[in-house]
Amino acid sequence: MKKLVVVGNGMAGVACVEQILKRSRDFEITIFGEETHVNYNRILLSSVLAGEKSADDIVLNRVEWYRDNGIRARLGVRVEQIDRQRRVAIADDGAAEPFDQLILATGSSAFLPPIQGVNKENVHVFRTLDDTRELIAKACEGTRAVVIGGGLLGLEAARGLQLRGCEVTVVHLMETLMERQLDPAGGAFLKRKIESLGIRVLMPRQTQAILGNGRVHGLRFASGEEIEADLVVVAAGIKPNVELAKRAGLEVRRGIVVNDYMETSDPAIYAVGECTEHRGQIFGLVAPLMEQGKVLADAIAGQRGLLFEGAQPAAKLKIMGVEIFSAGSIDEAEPGVEVVRYEDPAEGVYKKLLVKNNRLRGVILVGDASDERRYTQWLREETDLAQSRRHLLFPPPEKDAGLEVAQMPDKEVICGCNGVTKGEIIQAIHEHGIKTFDDLKQRTRASSSCGSCKGLCQQLLRAVAPDFQEETRTTLCSCLPFSYEQLRQIVRGQRLKSVQEVLNVYGNRKGCEVCKPALSYMLDMIWCGEHDEDRSARFINDRVHANIQKDGTFSVVPRMRGGVTSPEELRRIADVAEKYKVRMVKVTGSQRIDLLGIKKADLPRVWADLGMPSGQAYTKGVRMVKTCVGTEFCRFGVQDSTAAGIELERRLENLFTPHKVKMGAVGCPRNCAEATVKDIGMVGQDGSWQVVVGGAAGKSVRKADLLITVETTEEALDACELFFQYYRENANYLERTYDFVERLGIEAIRKETVYAPEAQKNALRERLRRSKGMAKDAWLERDAPVHPTQFAAIEVLGQDRPVEVQ
Amino acid sequence: MPEANWTPITRVENIPPLEGRAVQTGGIELALFNLGDRFAAIENACPHRGGPLCDGIVSGAIVVCPLHGWRFDLATGMAARAPQPACVATFPARVENGIVFVDLKGGRRMASEQDALEGAA
Repeated sequence: MKKLVVVGNGMAGVACVEQILKRSRDFEITIFGEETHVNYNRILLSSVLAGEKSADDIVLNRVEWYRDNGIRARLGVRVEQIDRQRRVAIADDGAAEPFDQLILATGSSAFLPPIQGVNKENVHVFRTLDDTRELIAKACEGTRAVVIGGGLLGLEAARGLQLRGCEVTVVHLMETLMERQLDPAGGAFLKRKIESLGIRVLMPRQTQAILGNGRVHGLRFASGEEIEADLVVVAAGIKPNVELAKRAGLEVRRGIVVNDYMETSDPAIYAVGECTEHRGQIFGLVAPLMEQGKVLADAIAGQRGLLFEGAQPAAKLKIMGVEIFSAGSIDEAEPGVEVVRYEDPAEGVYKKLLVKNNRLRGVILVGDASDERRYTQWLREETDLAQSRRHLLFPPPEKDAGLEVAQMPDKEVICGCNGVTKGEIIQAIHEHGIKTFDDLKQRTRASSSCGSCKGLCQQLLRAVAPDFQEETRTTLCSCLPFSYEQLRQIVRGQRLKSVQEVLNVYGNRKGCEVCKPALSYMLDMIWCGEHDEDRSARFINDRVHANIQKDGTFSVVPRMRGGVTSPEELRRIADVAEKYKVRMVKVTGSQRIDLLGIKKADLPRVWADLGMPSGQAYTKGVRMVKTCVGTEFCRFGVQDSTAAGIELERRLENLFTPHKVKMGAVGCPRNCAEATVKDIGMVGQDGSWQVVVGGAAGKSVRKADLLITVETTEEALDACELFFQYYRENANYLERTYDFVERLGIEAIRKETVYAPEAQKNALRERLRRSKGMAKDAWLERDAPVHPTQFAAIEVLGQDRPVEVQ
Repeated sequence: MPEANWTPITRVENIPPLEGRAVQTGGIELALFNLGDRFAAIENACPHRGGPLCDGIVSGAIVVCPLHGWRFDLATGMAARAPQPACVATFPARVENGIVFVDLKGGRRMASEQDALEGAA
């Protein structure tokens, strides 16, 4: 066995070790890592800072991986010296580790520009998991945070800090944000978007000094201008960590010099990753580093095959919801370069291609990077574009997404970072019986770095894996790549009050039939009805407060609390049915009456003639409380379920919920009104009520779980209300109570509702009270429509002659 | 090409932004949409089951049928991601002096995706 020492436990070093293990088991491997953590995905630190991922979520190699592969990991230990004569690495804990071969994967560290006061308290860099944790501890609601550096890392830090509630300013030395990847026009698109998110951008500004007595309280620029700050993050670039190599007498320029086999000037010592310099180039993005790892693995395993021949610079990222892609040479001044450009300021889309001799030289995409694979291919294969000059900027017609991946050849690379092909993924799915995306990531490493190929990987899984399981923690929809929980935090933290605001700032501006109603609900719930209502974001049922039927007419169900009506009401219903020639009058399963086949324009008059409130039968809201006759008439009744049900309906009616809420109240355990299969049920017993939740008797059938047993009707109603409001605040849109209760577990729900501390219960009650205070009978819009043509037909101004369609 | 027949339909404020309304004229029913910076007119019947497209949610330049979620490009009338190729007729629309005009003779139904591409070019 040969002794291999790896100095550095980061992404490049460990990925290289993984490649070596694939080729040879002849090594006894020791990895030294200065950080105390196992190998994690450094690219995703910004997601940890933003609170989207936990530290555990970004781990790439768990402790078991080291153990199972017989690798000795020395974490928190720094190699101080390499004795090349004796072939020994000497660590700061005194250990002397002999080696036959050694890999330097020391990475890079934050570059600290010469600024006075840079070592004051609350000045941080953003490079490691520990840096991230410190930042999280310091970043509070209202903290004035300044990020020095408007490159990729600085902007990601800014976004994370803002999502934590900080007031963020980005200070950039240059005149263009991300000037390595973007041109001035592209940078301006990005700046506008960032500013629309509420982040201040100051540039060009050269920071001269960080002010404050021991602790930061401001910054001074070279111009003399000063700004205030509580927290400063320096993200002004990175520099390769070369000191160890230098002390060992290896050839070092900006980075550790390597040849095409990744060997340093000492053939027993290799280097990989951000610490290297190859043909004068240094590296900061992940894809070429993974490529280096493979070349190194071949060489060290004695199979010298692959050569590392440098890399086309290419970066794809999403910064604050803006997709950015930059690849190749973006130097416009190069002789013979033609520029093809597209700008749509309203959509925030900017595309620029640099073409020379009908070959693509470079590309910049801002706001829409969906064509990135096409351009990458053109760059890599130096495709002759003479025939496709008219289609440079726009993709071919929309294809079925599944088709795209189906048409790719097996050897096409899906994950550019880790060089995993379609064929390899398919083989792994079959070989290992992979069912989940996480498993696929683990097994193949595809999508484990930058994550931009996640969509393609999932498509492959859907197509190939017989029982693919979608991730449970999904995002709302592709318009808005955040989970419900994140969106609730964003809406609260950023105090967003309208659907369009959320879409403009965090989404694709357009929205769709999935996210618009979901956001409408969320805003109404979070702001207790004091949001900016936008009816264009609502489904038609919620624009006209009736249920659209297959022929475009509507059904009308008036509220009939507890299923109790009167001769007068029935007479009015009968009169309406005749007057408007209702095609069917139907008793529903919810103890009320449905009038079917009503025209939109007739709705306001129908409601007025009925003189009854809306039964909300068309919406995700409070439907009804079904009751039995209880102690009022029934021989067996032990509780007044009719009165209790009517009271429950009265307290919750007109409120909106993540999905429809159907309730029931029964006067004895015979359960004649089926309360145990309702979303919320009150089951009367002799001297007590059982409150049950999460029942279903529709698409799913589920017996409700017992929330609590209480003595009085008032206590039972209170328990119903606590659960109701908790469900409103924590369920995902379109999640019925039976899914919600199963997802969270009834024990957890009890602790957060009926068994919560009194203050927490009072807060739930208070928010419900506020929402109820704003809730109105929607049918009152008959007298005060939100728009003059909300129900009315459009009267055409011009002549009315028959037309023909070509 | 037959001569255009620009017909005044209604005042712009009668259709709220990002909503549609049904308009009966010349023996056909149009769905007229206010897209914020422009208006779009299409035939108001989804080719799938006749759903009233005017009542659909607008997503960028697309309307989603309220009955079964078929999606139509308001510029070309082509269905997107539908189980089979489908389209609705589109009519040119413009605004003058606060009034939306539709060219009732300019109705067009794309036959294929190729037409849609040429039409958009």
